[in-house]
Amino acid sequence: MAITVKIPAQLRGVTAGEGEVEVDGATVGEALDAVFDQHSELRERITEDGTLRRFVNVYVSGEDIRFQDGLDTTLSDGDEVTILPAVAGG
Amino acid sequence: MGVTGLRCKECGSAYELEAAYFCEECFGPLEATYDHAGLDPAEARRKIQAGSSSIWRYADFLPFAGGPPATRTSLEPGLTPLVRAERLAERLGLGEVWVKNDAANPTHSFKDRVVGVAVAKARELGFGTLACASTGNLANAVAAHAAAAGLDSYVFVPSDLEEQKLLATGVYGTRLVGVKGTYDDVNRLCTELSGSRPWAFVNVNLRPYYSEGSKTVAFEITEQLGWEVPDRIVCPIASGSLFTRIGRGFEEWLEVGLVEGALPTFSGAQAEGCGPVAQAYSEGWEICKPARPDTIAKSLAIGDPADGPYALELARRTGGEIEAVSDDEIRDGIRLLAETTGIFTETAGGVTVATLRKLAEAGRIDRRERVVVVITGEGLKTLDATREGFRMSEIEPTVEAFEAGAEVASAAA
Repeated sequence: MAITVKIPAQLRGVTAGEGEVEVDGATVGEALDAVFDQHSELRERITEDGTLRRFVNVYVSGEDIRFQDGLDTTLSDGDEVTILPAVAGG
Repeated sequence: MGVTGLRCKECGSAYELEAAYFCEECFGPLEATYDHAGLDPAEARRKIQAGSSSIWRYADFLPFAGGPPATRTSLEPGLTPLVRAERLAERLGLGEVWVKNDAANPTHSFKDRVVGVAVAKARELGFGTLACASTGNLANAVAAHAAAAGLDSYVFVPSDLEEQKLLATGVYGTRLVGVKGTYDDVNRLCTELSGSRPWAFVNVNLRPYYSEGSKTVAFEITEQLGWEVPDRIVCPIASGSLFTRIGRGFEEWLEVGLVEGALPTFSGAQAEGCGPVAQAYSEGWEICKPARPDTIAKSLAIGDPADGPYALELARRTGGEIEAVSDDEIRDGIRLLAETTGIFTETAGGVTVATLRKLAEAGRIDRRERVVVVITGEGLKTLDATREGFRMSEIEPTVEAFEAGAEVASAAA
């Protein structure tokens, strides 16, 4: 399944400047693992002990995955996964 | 002396004083750091008292070098009244209650404090356009400060906001964008846009500076109480930024010896229709589960509060709590404050007063405590919440008609 994962501008230093990474994955967790395979430094920036860090938000087509099944949220072909810092707003 | 840089609250990584808001190592929030070594408390007090009648009297404790920044706008926020609320205290069986009335700011909410700081920093950093994600009060403040500074602005709000808040934003000539979604959708959109637009989003890429403005609430309360720290603060929580930065303000002054005593007990106030921090508090969680807002307190309708973990930590560390109240309790809270103090607050203030009442009725507040209630905004911005609270008698313009009925009719519905 072709998934586009969007990376925040501030982290593009570890993705060789890429703002979007095309990967395959049936769930959000699989898609992120596929991104980490290409850009290994991203893994520890975004996750800790296999779970998302507490100030990282992940959205599938605009919907927060915490309202779905978290990293087990299933993806459909063409879905867009967006990684964003959670410390904005208010 | 003064501000030294930015630092990640989670991992401690250091950053320059630029438009940066999260740690690239761990995504933690950045906050301003200060060096107050060698500060003489007596001299610092004198300097503050000789300063302007606004937040800029505390410039040495804000993220600017060399006193009040030349880049500040002509809208001077702060130094709002702190009034003793004897009749409110009496109604609730409490000893000493004070109301910090932040509706008395240039755009009638505490947001002028944070925007005042963010806009001064934005201009210092060379930005020509301001932006924000807002539940309403921030929209008013950003639009007004942009107008005062002669800057362009984009204000993003949920499209179903109270009409009063939309009108009090649009009048300043901003580009008002109503987003079909919740505040959290607006916030996500602005976080994405901030990565590609060269704008100062006051509560995104300038958030470490913006949030510092809230410390001035603590500074003013301390100064207005005759350089004393109150025993308890009752304060609304949306993102948790105001709540936690008021705590930080007291801590800073206690650390440098500007005031003596202990950190107040922090009681947080949320609406039941959007109470992710109250829920995490009562469940014993360290992080919040996001909520889908459904409350009349739209200015507090943040389902994914950025500073939730820190608000929980502050409430627990100070022996406080975080409570949630219903929409009916919010309406009653607005009336209770209005009837006992003459202060008309918006729904967020209703949440705060209702929480005070709830704590008082549960016996959680000792009669010897000096309590300060932080009223963050103006009642004229959320008029719908008061529509059914009273009745007007309508009569012919004669003495007879008045005596026939209206005179005996009580003002209470």
